[in-house]
Amino acid sequence: MKTYTFTEKKDTRSGFGAGMAELGRSHPDVVALCADLVASLKLDTFIKENPDRFIQCGIAEANMIGVAAGLTLNGLIPFATTFANFGSSRVLDQIRQAVAYSNKNVKICVSHAGLTLGEDGATHQVLEDISMMKALPGMTVINPCDFNQTKAATIAIADYEGPVYLRFGRPVVPNFTPADQPFEIGKAILLNEGADVSIFATGHMVWQALEAGKLLAEQGVEAEITNIHTIKPLDKEAILASVSKTGCAVTAEEHQMNGGLGDSVAQVLALNHPAPLEMVAVNDSFGESGTPEQLMEKYGLTAASIVAKALAVIQRKK
Amino acid sequence: MILKNKRMETSELAKVASQVRRDIVRMVHGVASGHPGGSLGCTDVLVSLYFQAMNLKTDDQGSVVFDMSGSGEDLFFLSNGHISPVLYSVLARRGYFPVSELATFRKLNSRLQGHPATAEHLPGIRIASGSLGQGLSVAAGAAYGKKIRNDPHRVYCLMGDGEQQEGQIWEAAAFIPHRKLDNLIAIIDFNGQQIDGPTDVVLNNRDLGAKYEAFGWTVLHMDGNNLEEVASTLKAAQEAGGQGAPVCIIMKTEMGQGVDFMMHTHKWHGTAPNNEQLTAALAQLEETLSDY
Repeated sequence: MKTYTFTEKKDTRSGFGAGMAELGRSHPDVVALCADLVASLKLDTFIKENPDRFIQCGIAEANMIGVAAGLTLNGLIPFATTFANFGSSRVLDQIRQAVAYSNKNVKICVSHAGLTLGEDGATHQVLEDISMMKALPGMTVINPCDFNQTKAATIAIADYEGPVYLRFGRPVVPNFTPADQPFEIGKAILLNEGADVSIFATGHMVWQALEAGKLLAEQGVEAEITNIHTIKPLDKEAILASVSKTGCAVTAEEHQMNGGLGDSVAQVLALNHPAPLEMVAVNDSFGESGTPEQLMEKYGLTAASIVAKALAVIQRKK
Repeated sequence: MILKNKRMETSELAKVASQVRRDIVRMVHGVASGHPGGSLGCTDVLVSLYFQAMNLKTDDQGSVVFDMSGSGEDLFFLSNGHISPVLYSVLARRGYFPVSELATFRKLNSRLQGHPATAEHLPGIRIASGSLGQGLSVAAGAAYGKKIRNDPHRVYCLMGDGEQQEGQIWEAAAFIPHRKLDNLIAIIDFNGQQIDGPTDVVLNNRDLGAKYEAFGWTVLHMDGNNLEEVASTLKAAQEAGGQGAPVCIIMKTEMGQGVDFMMHTHKWHGTAPNNEQLTAALAQLEETLSDY
């Protein structure tokens, strides 16, 4: 079993900010838009270095999405940024008509996704955005796991032509992805090989999956752990190759069970290779105020939950 | 017949407008659905824009050329996408696609979707519209992009007056003057009607001109069914632009203009004429450029 180490914990939103800073220097067509959340999105460096390529939109997210769509006509690459809740559910119709249906090269980049937003509570803790965004034809949906991967994803989507929803978060999490690892949209990353159970994790839950892998190993269970940073297009080949070997799977995500990564994996398995599946996700519930750690514990988004589901799903194998 | 690039004299626009109105009623009759009322009301301004006011990209022969970027030319966005018949007719008569294609409007496998869309790659369409309230924001983005690219051309956006009830309109209405997008000209089709009845009964917009002025726009008024006045007002709007403030034209129109029984009512907002009504309508509209 491969062991992953990290030198520091960092927030994924800072990875986005670092990616934007680099894009500001390397990609003259990249334009940043923000709806009154510049500091939260870590756009300070980009704005300082490229003041003419930053568009403050104020607290008017619907307009921001339309403006971004219009900017693409001039060959510009707009990165529209806000909190995940305000960049998905609040503007779903604008994204659907002006971005997805119109196939505009807009990058919707959102922070503070999920429960780990913490104390602000359920109004801001969007747990339905992956579901909404992946339902839109042509939309790419990415949920990277740490600082380095978020930075690499931010840079990668600038070179991809088409609408993208890039989701990241607020808390500091172990930064273990190699800084020089290129980001390949739609290409899952096999983190650990194992024969007993496949664990497919996305976003902040990837580190929890690695921790779960260690705990399972102590019980003699070999878990195969895959980082599904791109939920759409989903790396079906990687999922089927792994489950063909292990015969069962657990998904882990900081999102509703309805419409999330687990649903996507279930669809792939049901259509191609039916196998027992368990899901670690929020089960048809809104969040609440609390520290990120308390909330992840209360709603069962932990390494321990992944271990329990892994042991249960192995029992379901015939 | 399509018309190649020629900046028409205002006196010539009437014959194009008459043909476009024939196209509109024939298109909606042909598929027994669509929105003739607002289309007929906005015919004159669309004809004026595409045949006179706008600078459009053309080839050496003077035929219009479409590319999605729209750089180096004026752009038009239809925010109230349900009046697609008038836009399709004007685009076809201007030469963006074959006039014969108007017969496919709203039919299966057509590029002429019920509401304008880009998925079928119809030349002349740069954004989908139909869900109301979004076009002004898109136009703002296009105008902002032209500023960034130092492209001196203008962006036009047509909206409905009922559409002014959408909240996103007012986000854009605040954004555009704040960002000094003085290369943008918004036009509001002020026909006073919407699906459920008169606009001031359904949800009163009150004084739209005063509202836009308060938001920082230069506001002009015109009779949208008087070609001379449309031409002079568009010229005035162009001259008023470039001075730091965007321009909003409150355009008084008559829904159903040109067909007597479709005027002075909201009934023809989204209703197609039957065979008898088509005959009666066409009798009032001279065939000037030959029907498709």
